Amino acid sequence: MKDQNDFIKSLFVHADTALLLGQRLGELCGHGPVIEQDIAMTNIALDYVGRSRLFFNLISQIENNQKTEDDYAFLRTENEYHNLLIVEYPNTDFAYTVAKQFFIDTFYYLYLDACLTSVNQEIKAIAEKSIKETAYHKKWSSEWVIRLGDGTELSHQKINAAIQDLWMYTGEFFVSTDFEMKISLENILPNCSTLKDKWTNEVQAVFQQANLIMPSNAWAQLGGKTGNHTEYMGYILSEMQYMQRTFPEMQW
Amino acid sequence: MSSDMNKDWPLYEVFIRSKNGLDHKHVGSLHAADATMAIENARDVYTRRMEGNSIWVVESKYITASDPSAQDPFFDPAEDKIYRHPTFYELPEELTHM
Repeated sequence: MKDQNDFIKSLFVHADTALLLGQRLGELCGHGPVIEQDIAMTNIALDYVGRSRLFFNLISQIENNQKTEDDYAFLRTENEYHNLLIVEYPNTDFAYTVAKQFFIDTFYYLYLDACLTSVNQEIKAIAEKSIKETAYHKKWSSEWVIRLGDGTELSHQKINAAIQDLWMYTGEFFVSTDFEMKISLENILPNCSTLKDKWTNEVQAVFQQANLIMPSNAWAQLGGKTGNHTEYMGYILSEMQYMQRTFPEMQW
Repeated sequence: MSSDMNKDWPLYEVFIRSKNGLDHKHVGSLHAADATMAIENARDVYTRRMEGNSIWVVESKYITASDPSAQDPFFDPAEDKIYRHPTFYELPEELTHM
């Protein structure tokens, strides 16, 4: 590999996206609209936190620097996180939570599928484990988009508002940074820009069933992958990092 | 969970088969808008710890139950009719698990 740093930064994109999505969903524990969905969302949260651990452990292995997954998760500063911006967006309401999840799940299903042909054995192994989880997440979130979109007037209005507001964060999924581009040229991680058409088609198919119209706004907010975050990020980190910052090196 | 929600979403009974070849066993109930959602909810609520490989759901209203207050006339008369149990057959030794 030409540059290990490029690989590590690319891994942080997915580790941090999984971690923060898990954190956001975890905020809903005990607040779901009905207990069955509360459990469903908490299950998904745990899957994502688990996935971030796989990536952090791989990073630690490559860096060979004695850092643990906890160091990466809880002791970096804002600019050192490389997650997609969409996962920083607040849960807001059930429709936003579902729409966010649907965009991400549809993307990761395609992304992980492409990871299965990676030349890197660890990436392949992570993808094989994660794609089964994501297949279920995607089923869950797609069905809820359809139920809300094709439901009552109010539910349609709510899911439509969520889609309109979150749309500008979906473009970032498909814009490769320089470091990602280099890694994808070596077939270690997929080139995310090649997944855009498939993703758009899948989203459109679900929207059609849900009686929703694809937003026409093509402008995309970028920055997360290179460490420039939304104004929500500081609040998430202060809550997420509180324990490790207050009691350094604490153990469960 | 608001009480409206319970009124809107019917109750489903959930049956799970833990292994191929065994029968589905009743494990509990949950609320869902329809059968598809009931299956998905059951997956999340009742199979988180590898409890099974097959799920059945049925809306609770389709289950007809015996009347608990009629328990005596229903079940007591069987008590002193031991001849209903085929205990007087001699089993060959090779037969186990009977």
